[in-house]
Order: sequence, then structure tokens, then C-alpha cells
Amino acid sequence: MTLFLTLASRNLFHDRVRLIATVVGIVFSIVLVTVQLGVFLSFQDMVTTMIDHAQADFWIVPAETKSFEDSSLLAGRERLHALSVDGVTEAIPVVVGYTSWRKPNGGASKSVLLVGAPITADGLYPWDVVEGSRDNLSVPDSVAIDRSYATQLGVAHIGGKAEINNQKARVVAMTRGIRSFTTTPHVFTSLDTARAYLGLPANKANYYVVRIAANANAALVRSRIAASLPDAEVLTSQEFRKRSRLFWLFDTGAGAGLLGSAILAVIVGTIIVAQTLYSSAKDHLKEFATLRAIGSSRTYILKVILAQALLSAVVGFSMAAAIDLALVKATADAALPVVMTPGLTLGLFALTLAMCAVAAVSAIRVVTRIDPVLVFAQ
Amino acid sequence: MKEIMIEATNIVKVLGEGAGRVDALKGINLALAGGELTLLMGPSGSGKTTLLSILGCMLTPTAGSIQIRGRATTGLGSEQLARLRRENIGFVFQSYHLFPTLTAAENVRLALDVRGEPSPAASRKAEAALATVGLAHKAKSFPRELSGGEQQRVAIARAIVGDPSLVLADEPTAALDSESGHTVMTLLANIAKDPKRALFIVTHDPRIMPFADRVLRIEDGRIAGDQRPGERKRGARALKLAS
Repeated sequence: MTLFLTLASRNLFHDRVRLIATVVGIVFSIVLVTVQLGVFLSFQDMVTTMIDHAQADFWIVPAETKSFEDSSLLAGRERLHALSVDGVTEAIPVVVGYTSWRKPNGGASKSVLLVGAPITADGLYPWDVVEGSRDNLSVPDSVAIDRSYATQLGVAHIGGKAEINNQKARVVAMTRGIRSFTTTPHVFTSLDTARAYLGLPANKANYYVVRIAANANAALVRSRIAASLPDAEVLTSQEFRKRSRLFWLFDTGAGAGLLGSAILAVIVGTIIVAQTLYSSAKDHLKEFATLRAIGSSRTYILKVILAQALLSAVVGFSMAAAIDLALVKATADAALPVVMTPGLTLGLFALTLAMCAVAAVSAIRVVTRIDPVLVFAQ
Repeated sequence: MKEIMIEATNIVKVLGEGAGRVDALKGINLALAGGELTLLMGPSGSGKTTLLSILGCMLTPTAGSIQIRGRATTGLGSEQLARLRRENIGFVFQSYHLFPTLTAAENVRLALDVRGEPSPAASRKAEAALATVGLAHKAKSFPRELSGGEQQRVAIARAIVGDPSLVLADEPTAALDSESGHTVMTLLANIAKDPKRALFIVTHDPRIMPFADRVLRIEDGRIAGDQRPGERKRGARALKLAS
């Protein structure tokens, strides 16, 4: 092994107090960044969960719709128009709206997001049903809720009763894992029941989930549907996802806040690591002067400092990754779990390396400008 | 005829400026030949360390020129001077300047590592250099496990492992007791027998004069004396035989 690595690692592990300070700085920074970015990723996935599960080729949405949850009503003629276009096989209406839920034992009402679609068509229905059946939603006033909201909504099991917008409701199915990214639970029901709860006329809907034949020309079908719907837009699922994410992550400021905190964590971590590397370099000035005196190039000294920084990064990242894994496990059932993907892990490792390399700049400036004559000073 | 390893011509060095200006060296002319151990002696502030720094290519003279084995150093940048040092000059310092986190063998190998010499060959050379200074058995010891004399011998091994044409030593015995100092000087005197290497030692220590082939005296930035004690002895012996 080349000696610059030996020298870097021995310098690093020789001074344990400084090593601990460096590693704590890196761990603090990376864990904080992981939490922020992990929640960001989780948030990003959760805001599109309804769009993801509808498996639409296109969505017909009211013009200027910003997100799935925040929608106005379509005019009502869109479905027939879409079905008249060659290649369209289905145009399934979906009704979405905020309304109030009153627990069976009374008390204050709670806001819920009602999602209604025809039970007989595969439009947007509750998935991962663990109690009861989705088919039971065809009975009027029947709803499905997620088990994680059972306590919050005051219904422990199927068969439980409540009021939605002052109308009777009976829970006939319970799902697992359909969490809302806000504090407002989702409540699934049939299209007709949803219209009744929200007081909508029979032909009204917020969206149409459009599916096309396998051999249809998607671009052509899309342009024909859009041609005569001036008050609506035809979006692919990808476009609708992007729009929802942009709204929730950036228009509301939530994503910017998470990213801002992550950037702040990187800055703080960089400063801590820079400070410890700088003081380490100052403490070893005579050694670096000796290296220079015996003829080492600046590149060699640069390699020693960088190796020291990158070794710190590897040690710090390993510890941070262990803490991150524990956090991922601990928050798995939370409303906004911390998500770790292989891409995020690799990205964080690269970020740690970059952070430590940048942090080494001040130390590098000190040692590469060192005067070798220093070796003669007693 | 002995080969000249380093030649300094009319070296002037001015340190500081204005009221703080010091004329440290005032026209030094000097040539060091291979196979010779030269001592530089003089009072504090006479310019010894400044001259050593200039000969070691760590400090650039204000005027004058240096040639190392015929190659002029004038106009070279700091990286070129560093290269000149690692390829031609070995250093021995008063306080050894060993790396505390490296073993004796690693400290010696460092002089080759900065040259980019491959590890296995460098390790063999380092072991051989440690054997030359009688410390093969301490190869794996860290500096804190060695006595002052042993540390200085490791520093000497580091200075010679790259087979330099010039070894510069700054007060190599100043931090040692007389026995260790004698051992170190015996070692340096043996190293100086190599005709392809010149040894230049800056010292205050009169006990090491018997080891010198040549003694230079520096006063107030000028060479004030240049003696060859051996020649004087040989001359006296020749006169005695003739009479």
C-alpha cells in the first residue's frame, strides 16, 4: 500500500478526540439530510398514490387542476365525448371532495377526503382490503377506510357506523397502508354514494380515468379528446403526477422546506468537518513541512489530506447509514415514513464524499502553502 | 579528481525589508566535493541555517547561483525545486522530524514514496538503509519506542535511502548525549566516504570536528575560514618524516 494512505489513516485514527468530532459532524449532517430527503421522497410518492393506483392511460381533469385532491368539477359531457373517440375503451368517472365525518358516538366532526368511483369498473377503488370486501361498497351508504385511521374515525371494525356530511355511513371494508400525507384520512365509496354525500348532480365528476385500446395511437387519441374540451385538460398519468408533486412539494413550500433543511444540514456538516480537518492540518504542520523538505510534491500532500477527508467520510457515512436504517424501520408505519432507496443511499454516500472533500479545502490551502524551511525552526 | 556535487557562487541573501532588513549572506562561494564531510561552524545569527536552506533548495538566494551536479537551480519553481530535492538531496534535522504514526521502516520508505517508487522495491531499500545504520531490528518500532540516538539514525537512513548526491545535516548531534552523538557522527563519516556523495553539516558542537574532512567558518554572512584538518595532519606528518 502506498504510504500516503497509511499516513492519512494513522493521522486520522491517532487523534481519537478529533476523529470523534469529525465523525459526529458527518453523522449529524448525513442523518439530518437522510431524514429530510427520505421524507421528501416519501411525500413525493404519497401525493401521487391515487394517480398511481388508477392505472389510467389518460386523465381528463378540469382546466388548471393543480393536484388530485384540489379539483373543481367537470362540465359533465366529457365522458360521452371521450367514448366517441376511436381507440377509447373506458372513461370512468371519479368524484373527489373534502367533507365531514362524525364519529358514531358523536363529538366533533373530522374532515375526510371522499373518493368515489363505480364499483363495477376498475377506475379508482380501495386496494389492499384486509377486512370486508370492495364489492360491499355497491350497497348505498357503504364506505371503506384504512385500518390506520380506525381510532381516529371511531370505527374499530367493519360494520361500524358514522355520519358523512350529516348522512348515514357504514364501514364495509378496511384497507391497510392507504395513508394520507396530510392529517385528512381517505374514505372510499361508490360513485353514487359519493355524489350523494357531496351533494353533486348525477352527471358530475371531478375526473375521468380514460383507458385506450392496446393498438390505439395514444397521441392521436389524446389530441382528439382534448380538441373539443376547452374547459378540461387531458393528461397522462406521468403529467398528472408531476403536476401534483410540483403543487404539494413546491407551491405549498413543504418540499422547499425539506430541501432547505437538507442543504442547511450539509453546510453545517461541512463546516464541522472543515474545522476538524483544518485544526488537524495545523497540528501536523511540521510533518507536512518535513514532507515538503524531503521533496514531496504538492499533489502528494494533497492526496494525504484528501485521503484523510475521504476516510472520515467512509467512517462517518457507515455510522450514519446504520442510524438511518433504524430510522427507516422506526418510521415505517408513520404517516410520513422516512424512505431509503438504493439511489438515495448511493447519492448520500457521494454527498458525504463531496462534503468531506470540500471541507478539506481549508486544510489543503494551509499545507500546500507551507514553507519547508519550517523544518529548521526549533 | 573529486566530483563537485554542489557549487554555490556569490550567494547573497537579504531577509526582511526596511528597518527589519538583514543581510544574512554576503557573497558566499562554496563547492562541496563527493567523498567529503564538510562542517559549517559559526556563532548564532552568522547565516548557517540560511546557507543550509539555500543549499537545500528550500530558500531562493537574493543573488548568486546554485548548481547541483552541474544543474542550475536559478529560475526553478517550487515544484521543480521539490523534485530536485527528492532526487538529489537527503536531510538530517536536529529534532529528527520523524512521523510519529509511522514505523521506522515506513519513515525511511517515505523518502522513496514521495518519488513514486513502487512499494516492494521501496520496502527492500528501506530495510537495507536501516541495516546500514544498524537498526534493522527496529524496523517495526515507532519513533516513541526509540531513543534519541536511534531516532536520528532512522532519520539518517531516510536521508540516504534515495542514494542522494548531497546530504545536508542541521545540528545532527545537538539533541544527543555524547555517546549517541559519537555513534551518529561515526555513521555520517562512513556515509561520507562514498565518492558520489557530499556531506554538509551545520553544527555548534566542537566534539565532532575530528570527523570532518573540511571545516568552514562563517561569520556575519561571509566564509571566514576554510580548513582541511586531515591535510594539516598529513602535512605535519610529511614534514616530520622529511626532517
